[in-house]
Amino acid sequence: MEIPYTVSARQDTGLWNAKIGIWLFLASEVMLFGGLFSAYIFLRLGAGSVPGYVWPMHVLNVPLGFVNTLVLIGSSVTVILSWAALKLGEWKNFKLWMGLTLALSLTFLVIKSFEYKAKFTHYGVFLKSGEVITGHHLHAADDHLTIVPDEGHGHGAAKGGHGETGKADAAAGHGAEKADAGHATDPATLKGVSRQADGSLRIEKSEVFRYANHGPKYNTFYAIYFTLTGLHALHVIGGALVLGYFFFRGHVLYQKAPEHLANRVEVGGLFWHFVDLVWIFLFPLLYLL
Amino acid sequence: MHTSSAAAHPEAHPPDHGHDDHGHHELGFWRKYVFSTDHKVIGIQYGLTALVFLLFGFVLMMLMRWQLAYPGKPLPSSELLRAIFGGSMVAPEGHMTPDMYNAFGAMHGTIMVFLAIVPLAFGAFGNYVVPLQIGAPDMAFPRLNMVSYWSYLVGGLIMLGSFFVPGGAAKAGWTSYSPLAGISDTALSNPNIGFHPVFNGQTLWLIGMVFLISSSLLGSVNFITTIIQLRAPGMTWMRLPFFCWAQLVTAFLLLLAFPPLEAAAVMQLMDRLAGTSFFMPTGLVVNGAQVAISGGGSPLLYQHLFWFLGHPEVYVLILPGLGIVAEVIANNTRKPIWGYRTMVGAVWVLGFLSFIVWAHHMYMTGMGQGVATFFQTTTVLISVPSVILVTSLLISLWGGSIRFTLPMLWATAFLPMFGIGGLTGLPLAFTFLDLFLHDTYYVIGHFHYVVAPGTIFAMFAGIYYWYPKVTGRKLSTCLGHLHFWPSLVLMNGIFLPMFLQGMGGMHRRWYDGGAAYEQVSEGLLHWNTFMSKSAWLLGLAQIPFLINLFLSLKLGRRVENDNPWDATTLEWATPTPPPHGNFDKPVTAHRGPYEYSVPGQPRDFIPQNQPD
Repeated sequence: MEIPYTVSARQDTGLWNAKIGIWLFLASEVMLFGGLFSAYIFLRLGAGSVPGYVWPMHVLNVPLGFVNTLVLIGSSVTVILSWAALKLGEWKNFKLWMGLTLALSLTFLVIKSFEYKAKFTHYGVFLKSGEVITGHHLHAADDHLTIVPDEGHGHGAAKGGHGETGKADAAAGHGAEKADAGHATDPATLKGVSRQADGSLRIEKSEVFRYANHGPKYNTFYAIYFTLTGLHALHVIGGALVLGYFFFRGHVLYQKAPEHLANRVEVGGLFWHFVDLVWIFLFPLLYLL
Repeated sequence: MHTSSAAAHPEAHPPDHGHDDHGHHELGFWRKYVFSTDHKVIGIQYGLTALVFLLFGFVLMMLMRWQLAYPGKPLPSSELLRAIFGGSMVAPEGHMTPDMYNAFGAMHGTIMVFLAIVPLAFGAFGNYVVPLQIGAPDMAFPRLNMVSYWSYLVGGLIMLGSFFVPGGAAKAGWTSYSPLAGISDTALSNPNIGFHPVFNGQTLWLIGMVFLISSSLLGSVNFITTIIQLRAPGMTWMRLPFFCWAQLVTAFLLLLAFPPLEAAAVMQLMDRLAGTSFFMPTGLVVNGAQVAISGGGSPLLYQHLFWFLGHPEVYVLILPGLGIVAEVIANNTRKPIWGYRTMVGAVWVLGFLSFIVWAHHMYMTGMGQGVATFFQTTTVLISVPSVILVTSLLISLWGGSIRFTLPMLWATAFLPMFGIGGLTGLPLAFTFLDLFLHDTYYVIGHFHYVVAPGTIFAMFAGIYYWYPKVTGRKLSTCLGHLHFWPSLVLMNGIFLPMFLQGMGGMHRRWYDGGAAYEQVSEGLLHWNTFMSKSAWLLGLAQIPFLINLFLSLKLGRRVENDNPWDATTLEWATPTPPPHGNFDKPVTAHRGPYEYSVPGQPRDFIPQNQPD
């Protein structure tokens, strides 16, 4: 038994099966990311109604994000070139362009992991008084925390609302990340906080509401940032695995049915463009707006 | 089964069979029956698994109905239940704990919707029948089809397994509303039980849902591609049986409505595992202490994402049933179904509108008057195509010389049952009435009339109708009657009093069936025992069906030919049961799907593949 139209197109629809399949799959992917994008809108609009919570803006590394945008767009071009090479029967060029696509996808993931690491090693301590102390090298003991506070701007302590509005809002600072030098206080003067000999701060746990690195639980911005980019990274990995399969094992099918392999690369490429497209929405949404 | 063996029909091989090197391999047991890529085997796998879950979900409810009828009384065989479900579920005195009631309620809904009805209606009937009806050799992506089933099974096993972890299965309702679902089954909700961070009821529920959603997505991609691409020559769109149209629209609903729920499941998982606050509001206090989370999340967001799936899901539950009923009615009235084109139009309008009615489940959330008005309008609108569909089926009976075969009995009963379910939904569409009826037994009665005597009756119609094609034998008529008549009466015995109770103000989530709220429920309480006894008797009434289903495999009357119902659609043009690859010879459609009683013809039906 053979399934018809796996390689050649059906006459009245003009399509082969997998091409319809991938477009349908992409439609469902649009709805999946659509659900998360609408969550972004909900959380951002809702942020204003929560006392002391200001949606953090411009807290991500824009140059790295921009480079990654170029990397992904580049890989979208190379994946097309690899497909075109297959269509022209140029096996070596297929290997070249597909290899480049894989290299670019790896580059994207490496850059992304550096961005993630910078956030995972950067901590924030939310005091019960509503102050936030940000810094590195956080260590937790039974009754106190030590942290090396961020240099410069306000020694790492901030009140809510300073991040982007600049208003001296007295409310709690859950979520504000960048301190405004003009309004910030020396954290060592806060209740339960003292400066130690090496310049780090000792914070009594009795004064701490919660502490976290700038990971998903830091605030709703980081929650949606990590969920969206994490899911996107999973898509990059999944796409790279499929394209990698064509790169390493494609010759088997190429010898039997080159047209079939070209179709598969086309389907994989369509998915790859989608992954690229999602990033093109993510970059301005998370890094710039 | 003289037609089933290929040796009996050597001329029946398709001409290109010689260079098809897959067709002649004799597959081993595992590839043939377990990891099969044949749409028919997968359909049967779906069907049997779904029937097991249907029974399990029903058993959960029969136990809950004990607590409703006799609150606080020890459960029958409580020692056994305590041994199975653990001490946090069945109290030492033998009665059902509130945790057990909540867990069983949540899992009854989850299992019935996601593990029983959808897999039965879409996975089983769709898989088995659609490729046959369109004249295809198999689904477009057979291996994806297999993955879809196994993903469903893994999701189902995870759900089942969640009953046996510390603290038991999910308790936050089948809707899993946050923030309740965000904290339930964690140390926050009850420090004494020792919940595992991952292997607890609610987290396993979410992980199971991710598998079930993936399964539906793969299935829907496959169905749509198959119907678009693999229709036999001559099977134009307007020659497609209505069942295929219903499955096509269902597939689109699953494809586009499920992903937002997947997004919601991922976010709720993040809330539970990574400590995020997607759905956790600021200042959340549990057991008197503020929870150390960032806050800033939106519980309303969860409800929007859930019901964006949840409402189209209702039509996923009902449309395949309508499709089956249309096939059975056309076959047994010996008439074309009335208004085929109108029905096809209506089913598409219904599918489209079902995406913009979801927030009528949320009138009570305070989402705003304007939003509520919009959704009230669309909800009333969607009743138009629904009524068109049911009315067309009803008019199809008119002037027919009806054969009351077993499938036809179920299909006929479906019409008034589904009608009651649909019409009682109209008042709920209006915000001012919903204020009173929301979360009462009225709502339970309404949607159960749609799904239980509605869809499940249609499923039974389908089982009795296609069983001869699957097995080559008919189900016993006597046992079938013993199954049908008590089921019809008892279904109404369970659900009709719910309207009375609901209009009297009885709330759907009362653990003791309303005994503690006697001022409200006085005069309505006595219905509880009546309904519970109806439910238990309904359980007994399924025994003839189970006996019939299995005994008829060996003892049922053999079908006299490949088309025992004298039907027109293409699934009856295959050998019985259809072999791998389905059709003996290339099949072509020459006419519409319902050419019954065409004047001047020697027989009262003309199969679609019969040339002019």
